[in-house]
Amino acid sequence: MVDDPGSGAPLLSLRSVGKTFSNGVAALDDVSLTIGEGDFISLLGPSGCGKSTALRLIAGLSSPTIGTVEWHKQLGSDCVGFVFQEPTLLPWANVFDNIWLPLRLKGMSRRQAEPAIRDLLDRVRLSGFDKAMPRELSGGMKMRVSIARGLVTRPRLLLMDEPFAALDEITRFRLNTDLLELWREERFTVVFVTHSVFESVFLSNRVVVMAARPGRVFRELDVAAPYPRGEPFRTSPEYAALCRETSDVLGEAIHLNPGAGDDGH
Amino acid sequence: MTAIEARPGIVLDAEERRRLRGARAERIGRWVLPVAIMILAIGLWDRICVWNEIPQYILPRPGVVLQTLWKDAVLLFGSLMVTLRITFLGLALAVAGGVGLAVLFTQSKWVEMSLFPFAIVLQVTPIVAIFPLINIYVDNQTAKLLLCSWIVAFFPILSNTTLGLNSVDRNLIDLFKLNGATRWQQLWHLRLPAAMPYFLGGLKIAGGLSLIGAVVAEFVAGAGGQSSGLASRIIEAGYRLNAPRLFAALFLISVTGIVIFLVLTLVSHLILRRWHESALRQER
Repeated sequence: MVDDPGSGAPLLSLRSVGKTFSNGVAALDDVSLTIGEGDFISLLGPSGCGKSTALRLIAGLSSPTIGTVEWHKQLGSDCVGFVFQEPTLLPWANVFDNIWLPLRLKGMSRRQAEPAIRDLLDRVRLSGFDKAMPRELSGGMKMRVSIARGLVTRPRLLLMDEPFAALDEITRFRLNTDLLELWREERFTVVFVTHSVFESVFLSNRVVVMAARPGRVFRELDVAAPYPRGEPFRTSPEYAALCRETSDVLGEAIHLNPGAGDDGH
Repeated sequence: MTAIEARPGIVLDAEERRRLRGARAERIGRWVLPVAIMILAIGLWDRICVWNEIPQYILPRPGVVLQTLWKDAVLLFGSLMVTLRITFLGLALAVAGGVGLAVLFTQSKWVEMSLFPFAIVLQVTPIVAIFPLINIYVDNQTAKLLLCSWIVAFFPILSNTTLGLNSVDRNLIDLFKLNGATRWQQLWHLRLPAAMPYFLGGLKIAGGLSLIGAVVAEFVAGAGGQSSGLASRIIEAGYRLNAPRLFAALFLISVTGIVIFLVLTLVSHLILRRWHESALRQER
């Protein structure tokens, strides 16, 4: 068990990265950020601060206008897993086949992939649901499938784009705890985009607060609470204090340009 | 599946009882009403013939039509087979052509931009107006009819499948890219399955259209006395004032159309029932 996460060597760095879209919107401006191996980093900020754009740049789905995204180790394409805001499952495929998809695209047969998938189903608490179709599952269960699919290639880096934003609070807390457990067991690195101060503080060892227009890093905060963090941590005074501190910084970031936080998407 | 019967031991309030009664009545009415109206209409038709003493060559009584269907069965069903052959071959070609072109279109925006207008031109020009040209350029009788049926049937498949292939969740496309999927993998594992409900919707329309295309082609070709399908039976019967046979042939064509539609609806339901919203029953 890692009790001091994020102590690993740097995994990748964004160096003065900027991204301007063809319609002239500057989504990111001069963003520098280093992600260490084993980190759980949250990108926290108002709408339009470029959190999702940053994630897409890291994933290689989009390329920066200026600056570079530099990996410190030579890693293959399957070193990144991605979990979207929606579960984004194939509706015509059952749970097993949905998790199999990334391996299947790399040419792995159902039989070769089976042990890894069974193991993951266990870990995300979905064993016995392998034959279920997505529409038969609840929102939380769909998200578990989506996380399992993100992890099935055993990525070094898991990118999560507001994965729990659409879930109810009870389900969200449950998934937060389970995600932390998975992370501590598997020791992958996470970059987690969220709107929620509470979620970012609960999960991460470092919170990157971003400001909008143009999207940029406002301040980085270390969350100095030890892992494992379970349900008791959620009600501790320590957690409340950390949340207040983070919330204040986020407030400052939003007040830099009033109105940035309430543009409705 | 929605339970229509109340479970034993559950006490229902007045509103729920009313809803249950309503659901039960609707389930029965759905079948009984159309059948009852149909029987009523046929009965009325029969009575009108008798009351007004309408001669058989103007409007035959339903019983006579049925008798003719039986008496001329060999002739009529032989013709039906000819028409069906063209219909199904036409439909098969429409599926191949429609899906093939749609796949081509999604591979390149440029191809779609260049070719789609031609597909529309082909679609909006009445087939009866095109047929004389086909008649000049194509010699083979079967090929003529097939071409005609194909032109009418392929467009709904093409346009629906194109729409389906392009309506894929952007995030899923990103997921495929992220996992290094090839174009072919993206088509096979993502775009084609996603287009399936759209394609099946197009297929249902195309099934009826290919029958119409086949019959219209026979009509135009049959005017020259070269065809032996159901349409030529109708023309022939018209010339001879054989109204009962005309009605019998007409009856066969519409029953065929209905059967094609029902079969395609069933196929569509069987394929989609496990995942697509359209195949799910309304649940409250």
